[in-house]
Amino acid sequence: MVAFLLRRFSQSIILLVIVSILGFVVLNLIPGGPLAQYALDPGMNQDDRTRIAAQMGLDRPHWVQYFDWAWRLLQGDWGTSFRDGNPVLTVISRHVPATLLLMGSATVIAVSIGTWIGIRGATHRYSVFDYVATVAAMIALSIPTFWFGLIGIYFFSLRLGWLPAGNMYTIGDGSLLNYLHHLIMPSVVLALVHIAIWSRFMRTATLDAISQEFVKTARAKGVRERRVIMKHVVGNALLPMITLAGVQLPSLLTGALVTETVFTWPGMGRLFLDSLGYSDYPVVMGLLMFSAILTISANFIADVVVALVDPRIRLA
Amino acid sequence: MNTEPGNKDFPEIALAIRDLTVALPKGMERGYAIEGVSFDLHRGQILCVVGESGSGKSVTANTMMGLLPKAMKISAGSITLENREIVGMDAEALRSLRGRVVSMIFQDPLSALNPLMTVGAQIDEAMTAHGFGTQVSRRERAMELLTEVGLPEPELMYHQYPFRLSGGQRQRVMIAMALALEPTILIADEPTTALDVTTQAQILKLIRDIQRRKGMSVMFITHDFGVVAEIADSVVVMEKGSVVEQGSAEKVLKSPDHPYTQRLIAAVPHLRGDDRRSLQTAHSAPLLKVRNLVKTYTSGSLLFRTRRVVPAVQDVSFELAPGTTLGVVGESGSGKSSLGRLLIKLMAVDSGQILFEGQDIVTQSESEFRKLRPKIQMIFQDPFASLNPRMTIGYILTVGPMAHGMPARQAREEARALLKKVGLDPGAYDRYPHEFSGGQRQRIGIARALMCKPQLLIADEAVSALDVSIQAQILELLDRIQRETGVSMIFITHDLRVASQICDDIAVMQKGRIVEQGPPSQIFTNPRSAYTRELVAAIPGESVQSLQPEMAGP
Repeated sequence: MVAFLLRRFSQSIILLVIVSILGFVVLNLIPGGPLAQYALDPGMNQDDRTRIAAQMGLDRPHWVQYFDWAWRLLQGDWGTSFRDGNPVLTVISRHVPATLLLMGSATVIAVSIGTWIGIRGATHRYSVFDYVATVAAMIALSIPTFWFGLIGIYFFSLRLGWLPAGNMYTIGDGSLLNYLHHLIMPSVVLALVHIAIWSRFMRTATLDAISQEFVKTARAKGVRERRVIMKHVVGNALLPMITLAGVQLPSLLTGALVTETVFTWPGMGRLFLDSLGYSDYPVVMGLLMFSAILTISANFIADVVVALVDPRIRLA
Repeated sequence: MNTEPGNKDFPEIALAIRDLTVALPKGMERGYAIEGVSFDLHRGQILCVVGESGSGKSVTANTMMGLLPKAMKISAGSITLENREIVGMDAEALRSLRGRVVSMIFQDPLSALNPLMTVGAQIDEAMTAHGFGTQVSRRERAMELLTEVGLPEPELMYHQYPFRLSGGQRQRVMIAMALALEPTILIADEPTTALDVTTQAQILKLIRDIQRRKGMSVMFITHDFGVVAEIADSVVVMEKGSVVEQGSAEKVLKSPDHPYTQRLIAAVPHLRGDDRRSLQTAHSAPLLKVRNLVKTYTSGSLLFRTRRVVPAVQDVSFELAPGTTLGVVGESGSGKSSLGRLLIKLMAVDSGQILFEGQDIVTQSESEFRKLRPKIQMIFQDPFASLNPRMTIGYILTVGPMAHGMPARQAREEARALLKKVGLDPGAYDRYPHEFSGGQRQRIGIARALMCKPQLLIADEAVSALDVSIQAQILELLDRIQRETGVSMIFITHDLRVASQICDDIAVMQKGRIVEQGPPSQIFTNPRSAYTRELVAAIPGESVQSLQPEMAGP
């Protein structure tokens, strides 16, 4: 077990290094760069531009820049934003909580509703509920998130006036209720596609588990049907779902960035687009590393949880 | 069987089934899973329900437990369980009977236990489901049960997860669970079929002992007349959903009335103590010589000291003459299947030699060995999994030889000829595997192996998945093919009775080693190693063969 964790952990580190190199290379391949914005500035000459490049350390070979950046990162220094001169960590941490809040609430919605739909679809296979859920999932999967966002804004904000069309809170009103009110629509919109994915996988996993012999054993013991489903079937069906949760995180993050743009949510999505526009390399690299760490640790945690929950791995 | 009314007045009948009919959903090959089934289970007796696959024996058991799949419905008849009519009983009342009045154990103890729950928790659940006892009293009872079914160290066993236990131990746990609330009726659905022969003998003895001690009534479902002879008081024989014969075990085994029963009993492979008439010419050189073969599996990591080394094949040597059959018998984990895989280079050998016609194939590269591949062919265990469902039989048969350079026309002609030879209609050529039964598929598997005109056939449990009557036919076919083509065979099986039917020479394997090798007369009548003696003694229903001469009549 410890060996397994150590192996997975070292794999994660190697993966992070690869991601950082790829990110750095791609970023430097993109035409433009931090100096492009000064290129047409009549008040600057070539000397000024060279001086700025030297100041930013951009005159050094790319591999030196990379190792310098990586070495500082290891020491906890994520660099300084080219745009406003603030430390990257400060810039990112201003935007991360909003994104995490959105992702968290969408996950809660998607997992709880998706699990319920999946179990019910499997235990009532080929029922009206099952067919409706299947068709609804296909619709949710084939329509992009931003469309749902726009439709939601049109109906619930413009027509009905029930929910705010954007932002995280009303300026001047910082109450919890106000936050929640703003949170409802973005998180539901973000959750939609994940409810669809989660319910489909949960349905399959439940069907797999329900046909196992031990379910018949439980029934033969006289265990009540409700407990047969909740304890024996769902218990075993949830195992593969833990792994799925880890795998789904990147798509949740991408979805969050889109949703933030639609609902002018002050999260990482906005920051990422702006920083890319300004060629603010340190911030972009910082966001990239943050997403990579988030994804890799989510998968690592999923593996650990599976190992802890499944005695066949825990005790092997 | 006459269905006298008022059987409810006879308390010695624990379970009475009358004219029970269960309908199948439309579009199946027959309208009913079981039709007009009637029999009684007397108190304190073991009733064996015998039949081949598709005979409806498991459906009968599931119906009594109220565990039928939703698509199947009882359409007529009655089931009287301890004086209660259970047909039409509501789900909750039926549930309260399950596990309390009537319990059930299943065929595959590996999948019948929840992998995520400890043994203790699963036994405990059988009691909590019926609101029995307190946490402390239930725990005490579980310990008692674990001791009763002969599991070592109940304290330790209580906290164990199923994956840590052997097949026999798991089946004991199942039995402990079934006994938790002292049911009066136990239904056992092929409980020993998935077990090794020595384990099977132990579990049969355990069921018999417990049944006697508690005066329980047991309905024991099996396909194996050997098992019937071991434990049955009375027997019900089922064919295609109907009861064709029933009576006392002695009556049914010794003088069966119905032709189906007679056929079934005649088809039971019995131990042959005499040697097979061999094809071997006096001084032909061996086709295959195996010298000191070794294969070890390793898992885990050396770095973290979790490395496990499992010797699969240890220092195995034998010779095989042309036109003869060597049986490799052993229990699960004995290394017999690993040996088979080594011989056709599906796995790399650690050390040793495999000399095929004098060439050592161990040291050959894959491209050198490819020339020999057609000469060494394999017949697999599962005739359902080993044929690609999307290919026609013709394609399955001809693809191999054509890859080795046979012209398409010739391949086609030979395939049709071979289909005829293995007892199939040549029209099978254009059909797909799902159109054939298990026995027919195994014939196709044999035809496929023969397409390349092999000199050596390796049959890995080739008849284990088949019903006995089909099994006998396939063994006959293999025998005939050997006599016609002079092919050598290595016949890997866990069933000593089957091995005794077809082998000239038998190697008994235990823990990767051959512990004894010799002709059937030696292995079965005068075994030299203690392990062989134990194996032979564990074969169920030795008495069946002694009955053979008596049932020759009509």
